[in-house]
Amino acid sequence: MSIDTSKVAETNSTAATAKKPNRAGAIAEWADDRLGLATLAKKNLRKVFPDHWSFMLGEIALWSFVVLLLSGVFLSLWFNPSMGETTYEGSYAQLRGVEMSEAFASALRLSFDVRGGLLMRQIHHWAAMLFVASMMVHLLRVFFTGAHRKPRELNWAIGALLLLLGTLEGFTGYSLPDDLLSGTGIRAADGFLKSQPIVGTYMSFFLFGGEFPGTDIIPRLFIIHVLLIPGLLLALITAHMLLLVYHKHTQWPGPGRTEQNVVGFPMLPVYAAKAGGFFFIVFGTTALMGGLLSINPVWMYGPYDPSKVTAGSQPDWYMGWPDGALRIMPNLETHIWHHTISWNVLLPIIVLPMLMFTILLMLPFIESWITGDKRDHHLLQRPRNAPTRTATMVALMTMYGLFWAAGGNDIIAIRLHLSINQITYFMRAAVFIGPVIAFMITRRWCISLQRKDEQDLLHGYETGIIMRSPEGGYTERHLPLSPARAYTLTARDRDPDVLGELPGGPDANGVEPQGGLASRLAGVRHRLRKLMYADNVQKPSTAELEAAHHHAEHEHELQAPMEGHAADGHQFDGHHLVEGEKLRADD
Amino acid sequence: MSTLFLYLFLGLVAAGLVGALVSVAVLGQTVARAVRESRPWSVRRSLNGLAGRLSRHRRRPVAGLALMVLGLMLTGTLYAAFAPSSSAGSASSDEELVETGRNLFLVGCSTCHGQNGEGITTLEGDQLGPALAGVGAAAVDFQVGTGRMPAAQPGAQNPTKPVTYSDEEIKALAAFVASLGPGPSVPDPSDYSLAGLSEEEREEAVSRGGQIFLTNCTACHNFAGKGGAMPRGGNAPNLSDTSAKHIYEALLTGPGQMDTFSNGNLSPEEKRDVIAYLYSLREQPQYGGFDLGGMGPVSEGMFAWIVGIGSLVCFATWIAAHTARTSRRKDEAAA
Amino acid sequence: MTDEHSHLPAEPGNDDASAPDTSLVPDEPIVNPGLPEHAWRPTDVDPKAERRAERQVATLFGLSAVCAVLFVVSYLVFDVNGGGDGETVQTVFGLGASNVALGVSLGLALMFIGIGLIQWARKLMGDHEIVEMRHPARSSDEDRTETVRVLNLGAEESGIARRPLVRNSLLLSVGVLLAPVVVLLKDLGKTNAEVIDEAAYPGAGLEHTVWTSGMRVVRDVVGTPIRPGDLEIGDLINAEPEIIFEVDEDGEHVLEGVHLQIAKSKAAVVLIRMDPDENKPAKGREDWAVDGILCYSKICTHVGCPISLNERKTHHLLCPCHQSTFDLADAAKVVFGPAARPLPQLPLMVNDEGYLVAQSDFKEPVGPSYWERDSQQSTSK
Repeated sequence: MSIDTSKVAETNSTAATAKKPNRAGAIAEWADDRLGLATLAKKNLRKVFPDHWSFMLGEIALWSFVVLLLSGVFLSLWFNPSMGETTYEGSYAQLRGVEMSEAFASALRLSFDVRGGLLMRQIHHWAAMLFVASMMVHLLRVFFTGAHRKPRELNWAIGALLLLLGTLEGFTGYSLPDDLLSGTGIRAADGFLKSQPIVGTYMSFFLFGGEFPGTDIIPRLFIIHVLLIPGLLLALITAHMLLLVYHKHTQWPGPGRTEQNVVGFPMLPVYAAKAGGFFFIVFGTTALMGGLLSINPVWMYGPYDPSKVTAGSQPDWYMGWPDGALRIMPNLETHIWHHTISWNVLLPIIVLPMLMFTILLMLPFIESWITGDKRDHHLLQRPRNAPTRTATMVALMTMYGLFWAAGGNDIIAIRLHLSINQITYFMRAAVFIGPVIAFMITRRWCISLQRKDEQDLLHGYETGIIMRSPEGGYTERHLPLSPARAYTLTARDRDPDVLGELPGGPDANGVEPQGGLASRLAGVRHRLRKLMYADNVQKPSTAELEAAHHHAEHEHELQAPMEGHAADGHQFDGHHLVEGEKLRADD
Repeated sequence: MSTLFLYLFLGLVAAGLVGALVSVAVLGQTVARAVRESRPWSVRRSLNGLAGRLSRHRRRPVAGLALMVLGLMLTGTLYAAFAPSSSAGSASSDEELVETGRNLFLVGCSTCHGQNGEGITTLEGDQLGPALAGVGAAAVDFQVGTGRMPAAQPGAQNPTKPVTYSDEEIKALAAFVASLGPGPSVPDPSDYSLAGLSEEEREEAVSRGGQIFLTNCTACHNFAGKGGAMPRGGNAPNLSDTSAKHIYEALLTGPGQMDTFSNGNLSPEEKRDVIAYLYSLREQPQYGGFDLGGMGPVSEGMFAWIVGIGSLVCFATWIAAHTARTSRRKDEAAA
Repeated sequence: MTDEHSHLPAEPGNDDASAPDTSLVPDEPIVNPGLPEHAWRPTDVDPKAERRAERQVATLFGLSAVCAVLFVVSYLVFDVNGGGDGETVQTVFGLGASNVALGVSLGLALMFIGIGLIQWARKLMGDHEIVEMRHPARSSDEDRTETVRVLNLGAEESGIARRPLVRNSLLLSVGVLLAPVVVLLKDLGKTNAEVIDEAAYPGAGLEHTVWTSGMRVVRDVVGTPIRPGDLEIGDLINAEPEIIFEVDEDGEHVLEGVHLQIAKSKAAVVLIRMDPDENKPAKGREDWAVDGILCYSKICTHVGCPISLNERKTHHLLCPCHQSTFDLADAAKVVFGPAARPLPQLPLMVNDEGYLVAQSDFKEPVGPSYWERDSQQSTSK
């Protein structure tokens, strides 16, 4: 296979051309003779990426992962994942002579005897916090804009797995230094494991290599943290990115942007420069945070000791919400036939997170079951145009946020001078009521925004100019939207007419329900479809739009005497310039 | 009618005595403190404190100054008239101190604690103020010296406030309360000072103090001594600005809901070590940057979201934002 | 749909994209106006602006290099901890100078490169938006048919459907192969029962601690024994069994390393002295206290955090991890929070020398609940 340099030259203006071979060209030729890269490169070097700030949230996650790999390699050169006992004799005076594990001693050594070690520890920790946080905001962006719909459901599932693995990676990571705070976390994790029926005690003894705390947990967490999970993360991130390239990025609707194309900047050079630049910005931000903001000062916590504890013992933020659930859970425990079931631990920390994760994973599939929509979607939806879906995510966010706040109930109590007990009682109710209220408000809010769009389309936008008619009546002047804006507003699907469907009738695939479970499911689906669509405002039809414009023309005729008058409302929308314009007729 | 007059007279005398003590004490102490700490604002704070004692409602600096001048003139006159020439105004003997304390107590404390410090229980059974026999001088020095007493209102936990009494007055009050029953006395600075120890012993004391602190104190006061939440709205206070003496007294007397750490519980040396550790935390630099309140992962998470994600989203917006455009065309420009 | 165009990126000037979309769905009320005309940037049309942008970008890259040099300088200049002598640590505004200088210089060096690159892309690189056609995610029908055919051919040639004996025995062997995998994991750790049987260290197993009859209760950290008279009402002592600090005749600690940690994780206690009148001992525990001194496990029955936030006046002990609250004056009953069981109480007495000692081990397992807890408790009694 010979290299087609002319093609490369066409699509990549900076590359070498066949006419004028230089050193870079020679290297490229050498490589292509062996790897055949040009075939792959010609397709992808000018790959199009649409530009929008919200499309870069996933990039924050990607780049913070790279920062984590780089800083993690540095840390692993000094960190000693051993629970062997040692007496600290390093630079930090307050702990000199104290017995501790080698893991903790090496964390202190990294902090106080390795120049830049503390910086790297803090960069690593901040990047980890940002990694999970940016995955989460990326997930929200994808869901709110409908980018999880066919054909991208599997990429959603991969993303959800990445979030889960990222969280576990974080937990195993912050447990490693074997300080008082992380040890308290592991102690609690031991309690979580033991709460599981039948297998609980075995799980705990297997994980800890015998009785808690044992000497195995830190080395085991270490290998999980530096090999097992990063390997999985790397593989899944690769799959995530390959699918992104294969599907091509979604885009916002607009003039010239359709379901059949993708409009944006080419990979080379603009997108590569922007993405590459963003990597340096993410790295720079974590470095600045690592340099200026203290995180996890392990030397203050001291080495782990099962008889010590500190106020404000919290996990890192992404483990905060199940911890909050644990805090507000009523103290249920069943003793039956000489066996104990600790609902007070099992439900909030084992069942709830698994349930929430399953729901998260299934969201695209649940949605497509309800909508029956099997088409490919590449144009994004504005959150308002899927009110029920948007409201569902806001309800989930509200629940998450309330659990999260419950996880910081002691800090909230001292900072806001409240009572822990009352916060706890409040949260017990709020985690159920809050999401419902949030759902209703968000849904209605979205529908109102849809109405506003409809108003703008039919009657034009509000100019803020008040006109007085010869009779003395006051009206606000409305002007038609620009064609591009009007097109963008209407570039969305019409929702199915659910009210016209029969609950027991054939579904979107024309399958008749067979009675029993199937018919009951069909009924549920019909109700959900009504919730999903029935109250939505549809975009106006051509006829409605014409009627409205006709009406507007009539109004314009009425206002015709004022046309050409200085206050025709066009000074402010760029239709004509204000200069030289008489602002008052009698001037 | 005559009783009222008697009370008025007694009050006046008491006020005069107080004023005399205060004016001498405050003036000397204010200057000394200002010089020692070279903190210019401490002068004004002390003056305000005095004004506050004379008039709770007028706390503006000017009012404070005016009141003080007035007070000085008045008490100076009274002092000249009544003071015995030999003792030069300082209540040196113990009985005098106790007597002064009793008078202060009757004015400022007896409403809740009873006229003899026996404590008062309301008809509903709530305790207005506990009995003070046996709490010792250390408790008074702590409660009054940190401004927790006199309390604004009876409650489960009395917050710190600007200190209302002068050091001399606190000493008098402490002497009076100590006279009610045996209790821990105010510790001597040598009790909580590492002076006289070798460098090695000091280091050992600090690290032992750290272990004791992490075992006994951090559960409530947090690993950095920044305080923590307690049941039903209570809190363990932040120890960052608490003086060594007050920490020592708190350990001895167990103020509020705090457990006592009597000398049988935590030996004087161990208390000293804890204090030394806390001071070493204050003196050490914040190695890793701003400590974000020293509240642990909750504040760290907040900064990750607000500073980290917040600034990166701002950058993303900038990266994707449309650049400035011109109405000119490139071919036109080239032409 | 438009497969034939899919690999023809529409470069600037290509009319395909900017032309109005004529394939309108009937009820689309507004016609797609097509891509707007490209608007030029000042840097495209004004050589001065272009040069200014160039200078900006170069300056940013230059600043980055300066910061990188500063990083190296800070690395050489600042000590992290002054060689352990707290007084010689360099600080900036009370912050550790080394970390701040390294972090800020590295952060800015990276940041300037990033900002420079993006400024370059925004101002100077060609900024024509281009159009790429999409293709459906699914394969073509021919490809699908061909794949199915090849799969069937494979199945046919292997005879997997025709030879059930071979197939099923393979499935069986792969299934049984799971057994070695599971078995191999067994030595991850000893089970609770094994730990108890071996009794390789004092207080082995979830049901036992190192407390034995007559063992002295000593102060944590310092290890000194306690006389009842040492405590005043309101005192709380974080205590441990004496064996934690015990040294044998050779000066070696009796408990070391992991065994010490295991012992501490179960045997840590709090001693509290209250007015004997305030204590309401549970039935059968009337003689477990000495002069109002009570001893409870410090390990929370919820998930096992050490618990010692005591309210002196109410005798409520709060767990800092999840806020379970126990009333120590009422047999450590749970009064608030997620814990379901009271804290186990250690029966106390005074020995001949006048020190506080345990009457026995705890009468129930300490720490968090687990499945077998009730049954093993009943068998061990």
